[in-house]
Amino acid sequence: MSADTRALLEIENLTVRLADPAADDAPKPLLEGISLSLAPGEALGLVGESGSGKSMTIRAATRLLPPRASVEGAIRFEGTDVTRMSGPALRAYRDTGVGMVFQDPRAHINPTRRIGAFLTEALVRNRGVGRREATARAAAVLGEVGIDDPARRLRQYPHELSGGMLQRVMIASVLLAEPRLILADEPTTALDVTIQSEVVGILDRLRRDRGIGMVFITHDLDLALAVCGRVAVMYAGRIVELRDAKDLHERAAHPYTLGLLGSRPSIDVRSARLTAIPGRPRGAFESGPGCAFADRCAHAQDVCRTTPPEPVRFRDGDVRCHLLDQIHSVPTAAREGGAA
Amino acid sequence: MTRMVISRLGGLATTLLLASVAIFGSLYLAPGSPEDVLFGTRQPSPAARAAVEHQLHLDQPLPVRYWDWLTGVLHGNLGTSMVTQQSVASRVGSGLGTTATLVLIAVLFVVVFGIALGAVAALRPGAVDAAAGAVTSVTVTIPPFVASTVLITVFAVRLGWFPSSGIGTGFGGRIHGLILPACALAIMNCGFLARVTRNALLDQLGREHVQTAVARGLPRAIVLRDHVLRNALPPISTAAALLTSGMFASTLIVETAFGVPGIGQLTITSVAQKDFPVVQAVSLLLVAAFVVCNALSDLLQALIDPRLRSTSGRMA
Repeated sequence: MSADTRALLEIENLTVRLADPAADDAPKPLLEGISLSLAPGEALGLVGESGSGKSMTIRAATRLLPPRASVEGAIRFEGTDVTRMSGPALRAYRDTGVGMVFQDPRAHINPTRRIGAFLTEALVRNRGVGRREATARAAAVLGEVGIDDPARRLRQYPHELSGGMLQRVMIASVLLAEPRLILADEPTTALDVTIQSEVVGILDRLRRDRGIGMVFITHDLDLALAVCGRVAVMYAGRIVELRDAKDLHERAAHPYTLGLLGSRPSIDVRSARLTAIPGRPRGAFESGPGCAFADRCAHAQDVCRTTPPEPVRFRDGDVRCHLLDQIHSVPTAAREGGAA
Repeated sequence: MTRMVISRLGGLATTLLLASVAIFGSLYLAPGSPEDVLFGTRQPSPAARAAVEHQLHLDQPLPVRYWDWLTGVLHGNLGTSMVTQQSVASRVGSGLGTTATLVLIAVLFVVVFGIALGAVAALRPGAVDAAAGAVTSVTVTIPPFVASTVLITVFAVRLGWFPSSGIGTGFGGRIHGLILPACALAIMNCGFLARVTRNALLDQLGREHVQTAVARGLPRAIVLRDHVLRNALPPISTAAALLTSGMFASTLIVETAFGVPGIGQLTITSVAQKDFPVVQAVSLLLVAAFVVCNALSDLLQALIDPRLRSTSGRMA
């Protein structure tokens, strides 16, 4: 997997620490040993609870981390290390390479400027496209994301549009830049359920039509399984399971993933109460020397509390767990066969 | 937008009317009266006193006097000074230009240095920010009357760069004479505006929409101008407007300290003499300046932030 020249985005052993100016202790880890890669046109889901490091991972990929953060490891976009990019190269990468769709469009779009100014700004400022030409392109893209009467919308202000409409505007702004990679940070969490599926549908269609790679962040494992080809489950700043979506759905490996799947309400079985994962989510900085999930895990043994688990091959993917054999009691030979 | 301007003008008229009543009333409640000033140390006969009182309409009841004054003003007649018998319009008019120029120079100082200092502090965290913070901490504790004394001592008396009292003649001479008074007005306000600017910019720098602009690869100068500064302008302009109206009030002190023949000095003299028509006129000018400054700030905010423009709740 590593040094794959055809990968669009490749993150290798990424560790991010945040220095706390108020405290003297060592910088807090936020991400530890994140490795993943994304092919052009592929969709990868990043799933986990709040604070598991999903957003931090894509923020690191666009260099939007707070200034006190220190980064180790490599983040390569089309073979170029993002962490070493200089000013102009970084701007060019943010302009044409990668587009961010943020969770809360109302906060992420400048409220004092018209929709038209927001959409055309990057074209005009970064690429010297004329205003008239940029406006025509913006109107065309608004049509593409399902917004009627684009000419009127372009003259409106963000507070005059609904949340779902604004998220479409945000997606349109990313499409106008024609990036090779879209990083979507919980793009539907702030929206009504009915609007959610529409927005997800738009993103999915555009990715397929245009061959854009996408990293899709969500706390909803089912949504990730539906939209993405592969899914990475994150816990406490680490990827605990990175698998093909279909295969993960059929046979989740990590106890945490199993817990996530088990805590969904079921339509078929009516149970008195939902099963929940005991304990509360941990941040990377709170975890002890062993597996971060150990104190919430029903299977945990001594080794889990002392030694951090390394990624182990499981069918078609990687899982960080010492106890895969015992939990799944699958013969080693069959496991390495990787039948899906 | 037009409705906003009209309602503002209506508000201005109402404020001026109420202020004129309050000033009129308080002036007559205060001890002393204009005829005492006119007679000075002389002891007039009751008949002479009554004659003067009649001439100045002081023998009529308060509402009648107020009504006479108000109808005069509405006909464009501000009245006559009770003490010097000059027309109020000419007394006020001669000082108005001077005071307006003085405040304008001070506002320029405050806006240019205040915003620059605040911007530097916001954009250069660490040592530069700390140094700027130290400077503003000192300047906000220097009110105009202290600044006047210090500036006169150092720049007028010791160094002799500027006149210590009065202003020169001609355009250049007037400006030269108004520099030190303007500095005295500006010093404290510069510190205030620098702090407001710094905090407003830092607030915007941490906003999500600025992050979006950065994530799109926009040049830093564009991000700072179109997203950070532009969105930080409402609190900055509000503060600048408040400080400007405050500076009109501070001209009373500064013009007296520097011997500047403006509205401020005229106010002090007229109040001491109970010269009612003059006090009424200059006080209302100060009130008007206050209201106009705030209205301008509100208009500017509405220009910057579209959410303030729609009066009906059009939130989608």
